[in-house]
Amino acid sequence: MSRLTEDNVRVAHEIISRYPRPRSATIPLLHLAQQQDGYVTNDAIRHIGELVGATSAEVLGTATFYEMFKFEPVGKYLVNICRTMSCALMGGEELMHHAEHRLGIKAGSTTPDGMFTLEHAECQAACTEAPTLQVNYRYRFRVTPETFDALIDDLAAGRLDSEIPAHGTVARIRQHIPAERGVGAVPPEDATNAPSWMTVAEAPK
Amino acid sequence: MTTTESNDVEAAEVVVDPNAVSVTINGKQFTARKGDLIIKAAENAGAYIPHFCYHDRMSSVGMCRMCLVEVDTGRGPQLMPSCMFPVAPGMVVETESPASKAAQEGIIELLLANHPLDCPVCDKGGECPLQDQSFSHGPGESRYIEEKRHYEKPIAVSELVLLDRERCILCDRCTRFADEVAGDALIQFTSRGNTTQVATFPDEPFSSYFSGNTVQICPVGALTAKPYRFKARPWDLQEAESTCTTCSVGCRTAVQSSRDELLRYQGVDSDPVNWGWLCDKGRFSFEGVKSDDRLTTPLVRTANGHESTSWNSANAGAVRMITDAIAAGGASSVAVLGGARGSNEDAFAWARLAHDVIGTPNVSAQLGDGLPVGVLGMNRATIDQASSAATIILLAPDLKEELPVLYLRLRDAAVKNRSRIIEFAPKATGLTRYAWRTVFYEPGTQADAVSATLAQPEIAAQLAKGEVVIVAGRANLAESSAGTTAALLALSAALPEAKVLPALRRGNVVGAISVGMRRGKGGLDSTGILNAAAAGKIECLILVGADPIADVPDADLARRALAGARRIIAVDTFITDSSRLADVVFPAAAYAEKAGTTTNIEGRVTTLAHKVTVTGTSRPDWMVAAELAQLLGTDLGFGCVDDVTAAIAAAVDGFEEVTAEALEAAANGVLAGVASFDAIATPTVVLGDRNSYNFRLVVSRKLYDQAVGTAHSPSLAKLAAGGAVFVHPLDIARIGSAIGADVKVSTPKATIVLSLAADDSVQRGTAWVPFNQTGAKIGELIDAAAAVTDVRIESL
Ligand code: SF4
Ligand code: SF4
Ligand code: FES
Repeated sequence: MSRLTEDNVRVAHEIISRYPRPRSATIPLLHLAQQQDGYVTNDAIRHIGELVGATSAEVLGTATFYEMFKFEPVGKYLVNICRTMSCALMGGEELMHHAEHRLGIKAGSTTPDGMFTLEHAECQAACTEAPTLQVNYRYRFRVTPETFDALIDDLAAGRLDSEIPAHGTVARIRQHIPAERGVGAVPPEDATNAPSWMTVAEAPK
Repeated sequence: MTTTESNDVEAAEVVVDPNAVSVTINGKQFTARKGDLIIKAAENAGAYIPHFCYHDRMSSVGMCRMCLVEVDTGRGPQLMPSCMFPVAPGMVVETESPASKAAQEGIIELLLANHPLDCPVCDKGGECPLQDQSFSHGPGESRYIEEKRHYEKPIAVSELVLLDRERCILCDRCTRFADEVAGDALIQFTSRGNTTQVATFPDEPFSSYFSGNTVQICPVGALTAKPYRFKARPWDLQEAESTCTTCSVGCRTAVQSSRDELLRYQGVDSDPVNWGWLCDKGRFSFEGVKSDDRLTTPLVRTANGHESTSWNSANAGAVRMITDAIAAGGASSVAVLGGARGSNEDAFAWARLAHDVIGTPNVSAQLGDGLPVGVLGMNRATIDQASSAATIILLAPDLKEELPVLYLRLRDAAVKNRSRIIEFAPKATGLTRYAWRTVFYEPGTQADAVSATLAQPEIAAQLAKGEVVIVAGRANLAESSAGTTAALLALSAALPEAKVLPALRRGNVVGAISVGMRRGKGGLDSTGILNAAAAGKIECLILVGADPIADVPDADLARRALAGARRIIAVDTFITDSSRLADVVFPAAAYAEKAGTTTNIEGRVTTLAHKVTVTGTSRPDWMVAAELAQLLGTDLGFGCVDDVTAAIAAAVDGFEEVTAEALEAAANGVLAGVASFDAIATPTVVLGDRNSYNFRLVVSRKLYDQAVGTAHSPSLAKLAAGGAVFVHPLDIARIGSAIGADVKVSTPKATIVLSLAADDSVQRGTAWVPFNQTGAKIGELIDAAAAVTDVRIESL
């Protein structure tokens, strides 16, 4: 259980400053918390509430809507195997069976060493490449039992570290927008000028 | 516009009402008001549209779809949720067409797909909108045969409220209330989707002062209040409309009982006052009325302590004490404190007894924690006027703690951008987060803070925008009323048009003062009476529902006063710290055990219901006074409570219109006129040297404390937080102690030990201690004679 670290609080403030209202930053901050701990802790929820001026219950209510936020520890690698129509026809179910055997766990659980969490997923929007899976939301296409085993071996040996970061990291590179290049956090009702990136036609007389 | 006979022709011209919208509802032409929702307009037209999530006092969300009806706006009829759309000219609404009916039946069938239908064991059964509308608007049968969902039964969302999730139909009323009305968004829909449910954050319960309202507005039996759960069936309840007298907002209530036992209070929607809401303290205080500790017989002091006696002998004893006192020290050696906890009739009878029969001018309904009575003579505001004024100036205690539903009304004014709040306070209050400006002052310096603030151009511009209402009361019990009085006078001198809403707390304090429980010519105020008693100058002190030892801020003065008074007569519902010292104690009828009227802060007089039989042989206060008057040789002419009500209308300035007939006719009570009081004299605030007493003390009340009504209501008693001394986090180091450690808090007069706590709503250099909490005898440090209290805080 942990709150955001000092460094992440700094990032949080930068994120908040991009929005006209602090609450709008709730979801990016939840991602930040998940990146920090691999899942969203209760302490982080409370901390985010403090940062954006919402109650913990409000942050929880928002966060629990999203399947991709986890509230219990998950493995370093979250493996989602698609089970929707195309993948099911192309062997998705068998793939899941194989995965369960290989990892020694049932779908929905995590290996004891904390490396892998296995989950069913609904359509991953890559039907032409069925059966598909995602590892921390990075695709693998036309997966066979053999390529699955190779993938697990590579992940376990750290050979894919450069491609697939630990669960929770959406992107390794964080965007920093210098204040002078920002759009400016102005609530819509207070906006007097159109944002710099918009051209507004003169209203007809 | 003046109309004379010569321009009759003009007057006859049709005036088009710009707010009228003509619609057709179920084939009949109806004139609705602009902005009315279809569901509301239909109701006004006599066509009921079934609904669950729609609530008149909250915004529409369209969650339940029960209110689907066919509406034709010119493009052909289509189903629309009638709670989401305002009427438009020419609209044709069919609430009972086959399509509307099919939609409503379909929604009921869907809502019941997962609903357990455990009506026989559900508290709501019998008064349940879901049950009722399943019968009136449902299909009668379901096509669903699947297993329904199951949840752990029930989970506590707070100390007072339980949730049976499987019954919930996700109407968003409770969560909307918490967020929109109470401002305590502690319950939320979580896991939205197939498993949406109402939940709190783990370890952060729905500890809102207003949580009981969610139980009342839940359209199913999902939310239940612990004090009522499994206590009664709705069809066994009898109810009478009354007014809550727990504080002086005067919320309208329905008092419900079964077999002569009080079981529940529900909020009644009084438009000018409470909008249907109650605070939890008012709602659940019925437990105190039926407490086993209630006094049942008169008591007299004997060598062995208090002993039960008959009314005759208690009356005789009391009369002897009063006559002895008059003989020994004259009429003014008798003093009467109290009356603010009873009805207008109680206060009036006691005022007559004190002023006219005994002849003493030493009468007060306040207990050293109020304001000079002249505040009631100022240009009085109503709650409606306050919550629609352009500017609300708060020079008041924390309204969320002391007058909770007034807090809701003013919060609403600020949140809906009708009003801007300018707050003067020694520490942050419940309204601080909604205030446009909060000016923190050090106790004693509020008049300076007021003048400095009024001098700012921005403030002046705001004040010029429209009506100004000043809410005035005591924010700090550890200072005399002088600072606040001076600030109030400064405000009203600068803003002569501004209206004043008194924020005095006790249930009927305004009524009691208005009908005569105040000092007569040459008489003493409450602090004066206590000082005189302490000096041995009071032969007989009469306490009418007053407990000075618990309620007077200066505990030492109260104790010395009760020790110094030769004789004490108490009229009370319980043995309190003060009535324990009385020579004679009369058992008083409590709330719901007596009829009468009460007056709220605005001066609104409403009726009180006599719902249950009195406890033991207790009698209403007015009857005790009438009987004593009789025995002292004066017949007040009060045979029944209606006689007293009539006598008030006949005798009291401003109450001329408050007759039984007028009260009967007016749903929202009758506003009494503002009587004239002596203008308040400008006090001088003398702040002494602080020396090493470097924290200025702020003492204020929390909603739940050790007050007698709360302490005897088991559900509420455990909510009292307990005492501690709170300082700003940055001041902790200065004290050289740690949070949670015991520290010595001292004045030159006394030292007490409290645990140290940090609170950033407390200003630096001040220390805040909640009043009347267990383990915090803060009254020991308060000196009624001093303008402010400065303390030293040291580690042990
Ligand atoms: S608990 Fe009651 S009020 Fe709250 S959402 Fe459910 S049905 Fe509505
Ligand atoms: S605000 Fe006052 S009058 Fe209203 S319910 Fe609460 S205690 Fe009673
Ligand atoms: S009452 Fe209209 S949608 Fe619920």
